[in-house]
Amino acid sequence: MSQTTETKETPYKPTSPNSKLDFASVWEYAPAPESSDHVEIKDQYQLFIDGKFVKPSKGRYFKSTNPATTEVITEFAEATQNDVDKAVKAARKAFKGEWSSLAPKTRGKYLYRIARMLQERSREFSVLESMDGGKPIRESRDVDVPLAAAHFFYYAGWADKLDYAFPGKTPEPLGVCGQIIPWNFPLLMLAWKIAPALACGNTVVLKPAETTSLTALKFAELVKDAGVPAGVINIVTGAGQTGAEIVNHKDIDKIAFTGSTGVGKLIQKSLAGTDKKFTLELGGKGALIVFEDAPIDQAVEGIINAIFFNQGHVCCAGSRLLVQEGVADLVTQKLKDRMETLIVGDPLDKNTDIGAINSSQQFETINSYLEIGVDEGADVYQSKCSIPENGYFIRPTLLANVAQSNRVVQEEIFGPVLTVQTFRTADEAIDKANNTPFGLAGGVWTDKGSKIFKVGAGLRSGVVWANTYNKFDPTSPFGGYKESGVGREGGLHGLSAYVKLK
Amino acid sequence: MEHLEVLKTYKIYIGGNFPRTESGRFYKVYDSEKELLANACLCSRKDVRDAVKIARGAFGGWKSRSAYNRGQILYRIAEMMESRRAEFESQLSKIGFTSAEATADVNASIDRLIYYAGWTDKYQQIFGSVNPVASAHFNFSLLDPTGVVGIFAPEASPLLGLVSLVAPVIAGGNTCVALASEAYPLPAIIFAEVLNSSDVPGGVVNILTGKKEELAEHFSAHKDVNAMIYTDNLSNEMKKMIDENASTSVKRIVKKLVNDWYEDDTQSPYFITDFQETKTTWHPVGF
Repeated sequence: MSQTTETKETPYKPTSPNSKLDFASVWEYAPAPESSDHVEIKDQYQLFIDGKFVKPSKGRYFKSTNPATTEVITEFAEATQNDVDKAVKAARKAFKGEWSSLAPKTRGKYLYRIARMLQERSREFSVLESMDGGKPIRESRDVDVPLAAAHFFYYAGWADKLDYAFPGKTPEPLGVCGQIIPWNFPLLMLAWKIAPALACGNTVVLKPAETTSLTALKFAELVKDAGVPAGVINIVTGAGQTGAEIVNHKDIDKIAFTGSTGVGKLIQKSLAGTDKKFTLELGGKGALIVFEDAPIDQAVEGIINAIFFNQGHVCCAGSRLLVQEGVADLVTQKLKDRMETLIVGDPLDKNTDIGAINSSQQFETINSYLEIGVDEGADVYQSKCSIPENGYFIRPTLLANVAQSNRVVQEEIFGPVLTVQTFRTADEAIDKANNTPFGLAGGVWTDKGSKIFKVGAGLRSGVVWANTYNKFDPTSPFGGYKESGVGREGGLHGLSAYVKLK
Repeated sequence: MEHLEVLKTYKIYIGGNFPRTESGRFYKVYDSEKELLANACLCSRKDVRDAVKIARGAFGGWKSRSAYNRGQILYRIAEMMESRRAEFESQLSKIGFTSAEATADVNASIDRLIYYAGWTDKYQQIFGSVNPVASAHFNFSLLDPTGVVGIFAPEASPLLGLVSLVAPVIAGGNTCVALASEAYPLPAIIFAEVLNSSDVPGGVVNILTGKKEELAEHFSAHKDVNAMIYTDNLSNEMKKMIDENASTSVKRIVKKLVNDWYEDDTQSPYFITDFQETKTTWHPVGF
């Protein structure tokens, strides 16, 4: 880790006599970087429309940087109105023609092919994902890419079984789907969008996030290799304006968006008065409720995973710890000790726990929330680990002494920042957990089964992780209540987003 | 023997009570011969807010009722409706239904309540799931009611249409605020009287009368209304305004165009699932 620099702060001193975990000053790991030699990155990427890589009509490109080094790694084409229109026309043509004429099982077999090819090229995709987006290679290798492949594998099998999914009704595809995905799980979100859409017989125009378009374009190469008919999958790159062209295009039947609640509301507003269907998977402010009777060490591991997984760039991140008073000091101390062991650094290093913040913009957003926290009177605790000199990195952070009404408690920070509150009764915990406009996910830690069901039933959120957190599976529906979104992705329920019922 | 008919006062239904509109305003309701039937409450924004607040308060208790209990209560509504059939039929006749049509409308309304009474303890079994995740976790998805639902009752089907929307919404554990047919609000108020004698907890169903044109904005912009449904072909301006207001709190807007409430697909469990959130729970499996 040659890029790291020692912090000037006093080395962390464990305050609990049992805490010996002072990694930053005592233990050192030899770097174990994943090689990127076998990965080919072109200097420039084009749009993928109608089965071909085409130059953008206005000839404009934008650069993409590696957030861990701030070095430019490639540039992407900026799709403008004309390009989006071409993509939609290609998707419409494919929908009316070849794609709809295929037997459902053949549609499924294309998805199986994609799944297999992703598995075959998983190492390449993992490395690219970490280089382009800053996430630790351990996560892209063990979570993002395998889950993306699994998602295609799962929905492939639905293609010829849809009649069993909707009792009493006949499902039909919607048509052309416009899909806009975020930068936190670029390939996985692509899989969540494309796999069910295609399984149900739709065609798609997908826009990846402007900071993380690389794996989507590699995926386009794979789509070509798999022989998927032209126009079924179109990938257009660009920023918000390109997304708006998709949302407002007259010949799109459905919009699927994953991203911030702010943008989600704008999209819902843009679609007002139209007959376009939409599903939204938006922000969250997940509560982690830890009861006195919880297995404390397991809970601490769960909390670490809940908030520091993927640098906290997770819509369902557990970003609010609610801990019962009797164990608050114990849990907080163990949490701080555990935070000291987290390694922040090179995303390609297999030792790294927390990689780079995805972009300079997000880096500034998180830091501004830390300032807001201080202004609101929070006690800030950050681990003492060293962080690289270049790139966007933020140490794991706790904000204690916060109030329910504080902005750092109410608003999504989307970074490695956890607020800490306490509670006395289960009802109080449920009230606090539900007291935000969001409703995406929540966690409960207790050894008492009946309490899990009671608290779980009280949480107004689409996912409840009990004695675990941030687990995902293609068979498991995901999505929010309230301002965390509309509709579900994944599982049987995820099919509803891509069919009309007759 | 001479008897001067005692005219009935029709008021709105909020929290199990029959208040007048807070605004003190009224509008005239006529029968099919253009004769005055009653003065109805011309509800205001404040009435919408009062009703939503009450519906929110009733939500936790209602969704916690057992499915069996909700089914029994829906069945009880049907029983009470049967016993009030004469009043419904008489009222429907006054607004232009033939005697046979009025009877059929009440029959269908009663049957619809029983249909959804039967669904309360079944939709979870059909539409919930146990999900075979690849890791060592037990994972299941249950349906959970969306919350407070705003209902615009169909203009031309003042009883059956209203019942067809209220029943699936409350069968699924939601609470609601319904705006009655503007021209024919009285069957809705008689229905409120049935609800009030049917073990339905106060606040679970609230019924207002007034003008859609005025109240659509207040329903759709209220941030504590989680979802709305309408089945009439509203004007494009009103549809757009409802959608735009809905976007400020990611409200779910359900639009289903229904002309004939006797059609098969006007009752289905999908009217229940339209107002359900899927909640997925994970728990590790191990020693």
